[in-house]
Amino acid sequence: MAKQVSPGVLALRKVVDDVHKDAREAKARGELVGWSSSKFPCELAAAFDLNVMYPENQAAGIAANRYGEMMCQAAEDLGYDNDICGYARISLAYAKGVRVSRKYDKETGEYIIDPSTGKPLKDADGNVIIDEATGKPKKDPKTQTPYLELDNLYDIMAMPDGPEKDRRMEAISPIRQMRIPQPDFVLCCNNICNCMTKWYENIARMCNVPLIMVDIPYNNTVEVHDENVKYVRAQFDKAIKQLEELTGKKFDEKKFEKACANANRTAKAWLKVCDYLQYKPAPYSGFDLFNHMADVVTARARVEAAEAFEQLAVDLEETIQKGETTTPFPEKYRVMFEGIPCWPKLPALFKPLKANGVNVTAVVYAPAFGFVYNNMDEMARAYYKAPNSVCIEQGVDWREGICRDNKVDGVLVHYNRSCKPWSGYMAEMQRRFTADLGIPCAGFDGDQADPRNFNAAQYETRVQGLVEAMEANIQAKEA
Amino acid sequence: MSGIYTLGIDVGSTASKCIILKDGQEIVAKSLIDVGAGTSGPQRAIEAVLENAGMKKEDMTYTLATGYGRTSLMEGVADKQMSELSCHAKGAAFLFPNVHTVIDIGGQDVKVLHIDNGAMTNFQMNDKCAAGTGRFLDVMARVLEVKVEDLGRLGAMSTKKVGISSTCTVFAESEVISQLAMGTDKCDIIDGIHRSVAHRVTGLAHRIGIVPDVVMTGGVAQNSGVVNALQEELGCPIKTSPLTQYNGALGAAVMAWQAASRRK
Repeated sequence: MAKQVSPGVLALRKVVDDVHKDAREAKARGELVGWSSSKFPCELAAAFDLNVMYPENQAAGIAANRYGEMMCQAAEDLGYDNDICGYARISLAYAKGVRVSRKYDKETGEYIIDPSTGKPLKDADGNVIIDEATGKPKKDPKTQTPYLELDNLYDIMAMPDGPEKDRRMEAISPIRQMRIPQPDFVLCCNNICNCMTKWYENIARMCNVPLIMVDIPYNNTVEVHDENVKYVRAQFDKAIKQLEELTGKKFDEKKFEKACANANRTAKAWLKVCDYLQYKPAPYSGFDLFNHMADVVTARARVEAAEAFEQLAVDLEETIQKGETTTPFPEKYRVMFEGIPCWPKLPALFKPLKANGVNVTAVVYAPAFGFVYNNMDEMARAYYKAPNSVCIEQGVDWREGICRDNKVDGVLVHYNRSCKPWSGYMAEMQRRFTADLGIPCAGFDGDQADPRNFNAAQYETRVQGLVEAMEANIQAKEA
Repeated sequence: MSGIYTLGIDVGSTASKCIILKDGQEIVAKSLIDVGAGTSGPQRAIEAVLENAGMKKEDMTYTLATGYGRTSLMEGVADKQMSELSCHAKGAAFLFPNVHTVIDIGGQDVKVLHIDNGAMTNFQMNDKCAAGTGRFLDVMARVLEVKVEDLGRLGAMSTKKVGISSTCTVFAESEVISQLAMGTDKCDIIDGIHRSVAHRVTGLAHRIGIVPDVVMTGGVAQNSGVVNALQEELGCPIKTSPLTQYNGALGAAVMAWQAASRRK
């Protein structure tokens, strides 16, 4: 039976689909489309009715669709070092026009199927059908996909109009992340990551488009001081002027206030959804939160996002009342998953967790994107706090808060090769989690977008070790 | 034949080890074959340990597999598998009841385990890099044209400090080759390699915190040069056992006995 999807989840999926669709349609009408970092104040762009796409979410989607390695290598071929963030490499290759495309026969126009793809065909008893000629399992043709190759949008655009150009354009992977329009401007706020600054400068130069920059320095105190707020507020004012020049429109206060109200409403509903992970057993897996991140990032100033999260909260309330959960296994242990998942390796990431009954019931994104404010200064203060712009004390406090509230037995830390600032302080954070919360932590090596940096066997040993340590810890506490 | 006999099998990345334990206390037999996961090593190690004990597989009340290749034994050989982390903790606690920290350097892993009341409650492992592991020392021994088991003895004859700074095995190999080309004494280079391993492992150990007694296990614990360099870096004594290479298999046999006792 097909997995039941709740109305809230369906609504959230539609919100993101609409963000992409609106941008494609706006571009087709000749309107401006921008690219933005995930924690740039989207409320400012919304005040100008601008369509904005988000390269971080795009790269995550491309990586989850197994195109990460091809795109990362394409960026390396352009001269970007493989030490650079995987999201940045994917985005930079995309900005340069690189696209993952389906290989087709130039004469017939038919896609050339890759025989290594697809699921094995099974008989009525569920046994795999073997092809007598090859001795190998027969594949279900419906699940087989064409060979993939790299193409370039700018090369295609330079072709004379005609069926050949159309065919090549159509061959570009149909996933929405490969169909995002090229940027007419870029919005960068480096609160989420300092690599962002150079990444966006490169896009701006590559595509010859304006860059609107909001600089948020690393904050080495828990509180955000008034001087820091003034510094950011002044940049907001400048960004508004730049957007006025770019669009030829005046800043619309009413639209801005509406966007702020929507963003606050989305944040409150998001936090409510996150809080359901406090139930034991949790009504869903924390991995689902990662999927909903796309809505918080790309659509938090849209009323539809707020409504969809509110619907999801209603769905979860019902799930709790019925004593059900969408987690596909009995919850035996609860952990905080620290860091961004290895998107290209999600099944491998999930497998040992499922096998050992480990549910992810805490992720740091809940407090990171659940911020509420009442005016422009408070907004500046709110945007000052992002996972990579806060000091270690604030970072530990956020995480230990959700670990306590969500009753975790251990912490699984992703040492993400793409994110040096985030991974850099995790060793010290792990030490503090164990000292303050009395729970074991396990770290594993991986990458958010580049599959070459993950090893499943090593990961499985670390998860099993964590499970055994959690069990010993639980037994010791019970004794 | 009275008593409960349990078999612990540690299928590592470079060797397969077995221990037969009687009543969870007495080591009856052991075996070691120099090839590990994915080879004939595990089967040969089982045959050898049974022969050494003069017993049959049917005499084993419970068999527990651990190590990199542990899951491959779950079809018809082992009753249960556990990670090498818990087994090394259990083995070290069997040999040294007051242990609180275990440093295990195996073929491709470095682990630092924190132990309370004989059970592992926290751990740290190396990342994907092989620097500081047994494989690192194998590569260096090959370049230096010495036997890996002689490294400890040769390093002790060093008279001058030589720094091997690269953390990457491949680059460290080039560094050693450069030192050899410059005419640096092999013993000094070996001592530098030992200190380089110790330095890297110390970084990992400090992440989790060092609580005495500290025990070192795994094949590399047989190298006195690394043990001494680690003692110097950590500033505390390190205990080792002649059974160090069998520690994972020993822990597996102890856990097998505990499982068999629960099953009775």
